[in-house]
Amino acid sequence: MNKPSFVYVTYIRSTPEKVWDAITDIKISGQYWGGGCHRNVSDWKAGSKWEHQRNDESGVADVVGTVIESKRPGRLVITWAAPSEAADPEKTSRVVFEIEPHKDDVVRLTVTHSELEPGSDMLRGISSGWPLVLSSLKSFLETGKVVPK
Amino acid sequence: MDIAKFKPNTVYVTYIASTPEKVWQALTDPAFTRQYFGGFAIDVEPSEGGAFFLRYPDGRVHMSGRVIDWSPPRRFSCTWLVEGMAEFRALPECLVTYEIEPAGGAVKLTMTEAHSWAVPDAILAGGRAGWPAILSSLKSVLETGKPLDIKMAPPEGMVEAVKQAVAAKAWMKG
Repeated sequence: MNKPSFVYVTYIRSTPEKVWDAITDIKISGQYWGGGCHRNVSDWKAGSKWEHQRNDESGVADVVGTVIESKRPGRLVITWAAPSEAADPEKTSRVVFEIEPHKDDVVRLTVTHSELEPGSDMLRGISSGWPLVLSSLKSFLETGKVVPK
Repeated sequence: MDIAKFKPNTVYVTYIASTPEKVWQALTDPAFTRQYFGGFAIDVEPSEGGAFFLRYPDGRVHMSGRVIDWSPPRRFSCTWLVEGMAEFRALPECLVTYEIEPAGGAVKLTMTEAHSWAVPDAILAGGRAGWPAILSSLKSVLETGKPLDIKMAPPEGMVEAVKQAVAAKAWMKG
């Protein structure tokens, strides 16, 4: 079956290491992701779990998954599912982050979110979500400020 | 021209810490486009039906077209014909639309590239590679005052695909 994908590319004035850390560091991701309302938590070793947690004391996870591949600073592959659907392989999608030095002080970040369920809320959510999150990531790395909500 | 025939093939969304007026200026003022749009200067008659060009630094025309919608600071749409690259000149025009919306304290910019024929992926790859670079640099110009230095070249296989489409007049089919 052909499952939809979503691809987003952005160029950021930064280093691959800083882009990697912005995606994976609990403190840094918590500053710009969803305007500071979520953070990414894992030890980012292949086989480990990761969680996209609310950035408050509850620490409730709204997305969960497994780290498939982890090569700082160039490539991170994770699975992605709502916690209530995490046991269902049909509802588990896959996200690949590719972080490449482009030229001088510019990094190209490509996020490929694949194996999505056609017509699902998840597909709709991530299609509007990634441009917002990655715009905010770019602003945060280039200016120290997030895109205002 | 029948705009309804044009179907969107490539959409790119970016959020910019700016105002709709400044984003509009960045899209329509040559002093801005020269910084982030591969060095090209926009030259546009500011009204529906007006002439649109992107010019090389020496004034030669790279792209030409007509303004379809000029609604500052919300919507700017025009047709695009590539004139600056010989192989591309025979291709039908495409339609590029920028939509600018307030999004909280920021601005949501949506670029849509639409076509009136079934464009092969190898040709769409040009815009799919180019728009993220152009609009990432536009965002940097507005937020930091500095464009990004990004290499721009047609993706592998694109020029060949254009030659094939032109030879076959692929847009005349179906």
